[in-house]
Amino acid sequence: MTAKVLIPSGALGITYSKTALKDGLKKNPDIIVIDGGSTDSGPAYLGQGISKYSRSTTKAEWKTLMEARASLKIPLVIGSAGTCGTNSSVDWFLEITQELAKELGQRPKIAVLRCSQSKTTIKDALKKGLLKPLQYAPPITEERIQSCTNIVGLAGVEQITKAINTGADIIIAGRSTDASLIASYPILNGVEEGIAWHGGKIGECGAFCSTNPKTGVILISFEKKGFTVEPMEKDAQATPDSVAAHMVYENSDPFILREPGGCLDVESAFYEKINERSVHVTGSKWIDEKEYSIKLEGAYVAGYQNVSIVLIRDKKYVEHIDAWTNQIKEKAKTLISQTLGLEAKNYQIQFRLIGKNATLGNLETNINVSCEIGVLGIVTAQSPNDAEEIGKILNPLLLHHSLFEKGELPTFAFPFSPPSFNAGAKYEFCLNHAINLKDPMDIFQLEEY
Amino acid sequence: MKTLGDITRKIRSKNAGPFSLTIDVFCFDQYGYNKVRKILTPEKISELYKISQDEIKKFLIPKLHIIKITIPRPEIQGSFFDRDLHGASFSIILEELVIH
Repeated sequence: MTAKVLIPSGALGITYSKTALKDGLKKNPDIIVIDGGSTDSGPAYLGQGISKYSRSTTKAEWKTLMEARASLKIPLVIGSAGTCGTNSSVDWFLEITQELAKELGQRPKIAVLRCSQSKTTIKDALKKGLLKPLQYAPPITEERIQSCTNIVGLAGVEQITKAINTGADIIIAGRSTDASLIASYPILNGVEEGIAWHGGKIGECGAFCSTNPKTGVILISFEKKGFTVEPMEKDAQATPDSVAAHMVYENSDPFILREPGGCLDVESAFYEKINERSVHVTGSKWIDEKEYSIKLEGAYVAGYQNVSIVLIRDKKYVEHIDAWTNQIKEKAKTLISQTLGLEAKNYQIQFRLIGKNATLGNLETNINVSCEIGVLGIVTAQSPNDAEEIGKILNPLLLHHSLFEKGELPTFAFPFSPPSFNAGAKYEFCLNHAINLKDPMDIFQLEEY
Repeated sequence: MKTLGDITRKIRSKNAGPFSLTIDVFCFDQYGYNKVRKILTPEKISELYKISQDEIKKFLIPKLHIIKITIPRPEIQGSFFDRDLHGASFSIILEELVIH
């Protein structure tokens, strides 16, 4: 038995080579699978339940895949639809799909897997001791769960195979693990779990496991006890090293990958070159966990922000930039207390010095100040109004604060008008926990359209 | 004066989820791998990234000449004090490490 999975790229929205996709379709894949999201771009997408990529690029890339699917009459799967995989981002993606179906004159059967979680369910699970902290998890309380604007559960093979089994032409899944999207179809077709999951991990970023990562498209051909990786762009090659090295990419452990319901163990995997472009992999194992669990992600509003940027080109100020920003903070503190009546614990002002250590902060070891410094002022407060007010209180200080008692008032450079702008809600991630489930579908819903 | 970046093929840092940072050091060969392995002690990593030694996980992949280090993210991804959402700049701390 075999199962051929075509993966157009590591994520819908980052483009892929259309010629490579055409070549991939000539290989007669059984299914096309693409990932649509990640937490990697920060908590604001999950917090707001929106996509990181533009609607127009998403639609353009999805259109080509819908046409490819229809040409071969095979299923097309997207996971973590709309970046964060909440119900709202899944609905957004469903709307795009239905719009395209009309435009293309297609009438596909669509299955939707919903992964958003109710706060009540997650709070109950916390009370019953069903939440397990994962590596470096922050402490979690009922209050913190209650404050989340969105919580999602990450679907795995159990949920994705249910969706595939509906016989749908197009499967739109909410938040799912990348590897499970690829592993599901092979597992349904009798491929050993360790092999299917390992192929899933290797293929999750498309051609990233090859010598030419930018081309996107790869084909993974599974048999019961092994899989073959073949990039579809002619100048890309899969080599035993490029494939094996992908196990270190964005994984905290290069040998053990924790997934819904168990762990993939690749310690004894064997990577063999079978021709100039392809690698065959065997020996990967799957270990079931005692109690079935899936991972949760959540984001909450931690405050509201206002941002200013001021450019300092005067040598006297560049040299004493820390004194300058510290004095402004002190002056602002007094003004904020006198006018807004806010104490320091109710807001925060951060200055990041672009040109000095804005990227690494206190971890920077190579401080070598140039002729200018950009001062990025970030105000965080408990309401949008407080944030805006503090930003405006800072403004005249950033424009004119002088380090010297005598002499003319300096004027610094604002590159924008208005010089400070509201950045809206500041979201933070708060869950890195697994939840035990009796039935894998307990907290996921499947719908058909 | 040589740096760790000069004697390795590539040093890369990435998020491994919002709470972990993972740093992959790709060496040219077995010789380089053995040398780098000795430089990247838990003491050194703890000092450079200002985290406690018992939170550091180090993995050795001799076949590929890769040393992998996973640490709690210096700041949770996208939190108040985080300065790099994707965590890719943290590798520079190792790249610019002067070696003797």
